[in-house]
Amino acid sequence: MALPTMAVLIFFLVLPIVMIVVVSFWQATEFSIIPAFDFENYEFLFGSNVTYRVFFNTFKYALITWALTLGIGFTVAYFLAFHVRSLTWQIVLFLLCTIPFWTSNIIRMISWIPFLGRNGIANSALISWGVIDEPLDWLLFSDFAVILAFVHLYTLFMVVPIFNTMMRIDKSLIEAARDAGASGAQILWNVIIPLTKPGIMIGTIFVVTLVMGDFITVRFMSGSQSANVGRLISNDIALLAYPSASATAVVLLLTVLIVIGIMLRFVDIRKEL
Amino acid sequence: MERRSKSFYVLSVFFALFLLFLYGPTITIAILSFQGPGGGLTFPMRGTSLHWFRDLFEQQAVGDIWGSFRRSFILGLMVMVTTVVLSVMGGLAFRKKFKGSGILFYLIITSLVIPSILISLGVGLIFSQSGLNVHWSTSGFGSQLTWTLPFGLLIMFAVFNRFDKSYEEAARDLGATSWQTLRHVVLPIIGPSLIGVALFGFTLSYDEFARTLLTSGSYNTLPLEIFGMTTNVTTPVLYALGTLTTVFSLLMIGLFLCLAMLSTRRKARMGSDAGKGML
Repeated sequence: MALPTMAVLIFFLVLPIVMIVVVSFWQATEFSIIPAFDFENYEFLFGSNVTYRVFFNTFKYALITWALTLGIGFTVAYFLAFHVRSLTWQIVLFLLCTIPFWTSNIIRMISWIPFLGRNGIANSALISWGVIDEPLDWLLFSDFAVILAFVHLYTLFMVVPIFNTMMRIDKSLIEAARDAGASGAQILWNVIIPLTKPGIMIGTIFVVTLVMGDFITVRFMSGSQSANVGRLISNDIALLAYPSASATAVVLLLTVLIVIGIMLRFVDIRKEL
Repeated sequence: MERRSKSFYVLSVFFALFLLFLYGPTITIAILSFQGPGGGLTFPMRGTSLHWFRDLFEQQAVGDIWGSFRRSFILGLMVMVTTVVLSVMGGLAFRKKFKGSGILFYLIITSLVIPSILISLGVGLIFSQSGLNVHWSTSGFGSQLTWTLPFGLLIMFAVFNRFDKSYEEAARDLGATSWQTLRHVVLPIIGPSLIGVALFGFTLSYDEFARTLLTSGSYNTLPLEIFGMTTNVTTPVLYALGTLTTVFSLLMIGLFLCLAMLSTRRKARMGSDAGKGML
């Protein structure tokens, strides 16, 4: 019964990874790629300062986005799970949070243009309130815009698993804590957060891997002014430099897997389903 | 009922702001897509018109949008059906431990977390090196499955974790074959979740960008076409297209949610026929 799934994943997941690893040792000329076995691509990659800067940038995006999505996602999930009292309203509001996930990411990025542009809504509002005299240049096509778009696109991935674990917390535990004299903050810190950890971890895995593997958000929202590892790969691809793209991809994959490996030590995904 | 605490109101405001943050930009471009013919990419509105929507229907103005829409739609349906079928089969298989189930589970997780561009690059390389042509319905189709299948399978795992096996045992005791058990007992019970899986399958495929980038060949899917437009189209026609696609997505989501609701109701209504049996 699981054979077709196995077949799809072997052909479209395992083989592509193998292929990338193999090609990462190949050589490239201007017009074609040649089978070979040398470490030139890796030597170039690790010998270049750009690589370290770009990897640092990638981690920076991941860390900032993670912190923001966690803060917002947790608050939203907490509100839905513990402050909205009827199940119908919980479902309705939860769906409202998830619907954008099923629409196009690219269009959701495009829709920031009228907000953040030089003559956009944000700038005109700030000017008319007298906060600034000149339009701000760093709103669109900047790291700020990249992070904003990441948070906009990926907070859902925090809300859903955290809400899911919160809904499974036995409400009598919270009553017990209150009866024992705990304040609201104490309940939150000592009861709810520890019990929500699995959800937080799953959300974290989603957000971190999505941000680390992204190339399109960074390219679009930074106006090609910032780079992360994904963009490094896609630039190489655009130049048909597949071997060097592959080498970068291998390093990216290993980095992501190490990060996931560390996180999986804190949560058993199979138990959380 | 307990009185609402102050934190409830603070959190309500926070939640409302979050919704505004989620939907605000989309609503803004929906409004701006009705710009007059002289209008630009941002406010103020210079009159209102359907000018930019009309532009979408003129081939020369924007490229092959309708062709790419048709391809994306067909591809979405293909991915949807495959995802539903394979997820149900996988979900059934995973109820027992089998040889390779551990490995397969980790493959599914890997498929979910692997950067999309790696799939795109790897599949593209395999096809080009083995002399095959990349095409949206072959390489693109397979690449998208690596994104939709994990969602479908994880949903099915969760569903079957909560599935009461005694229904099946009862069916078997009454002499149902395994196909009859599946068709008349298991599928109706998991029906609403299957609609959920279908929703994921269709919409994730319909909006997928990175995994189809190098695997769709010379015929673009809609997200690729839209992305291409962002680099050379600087008129609100971009917003008009974005608005139309979003409306289409919303219609599909609405359709799936209605179906799910209907099937849940049907399940509740027809769930038990105790006392109505033919004696």
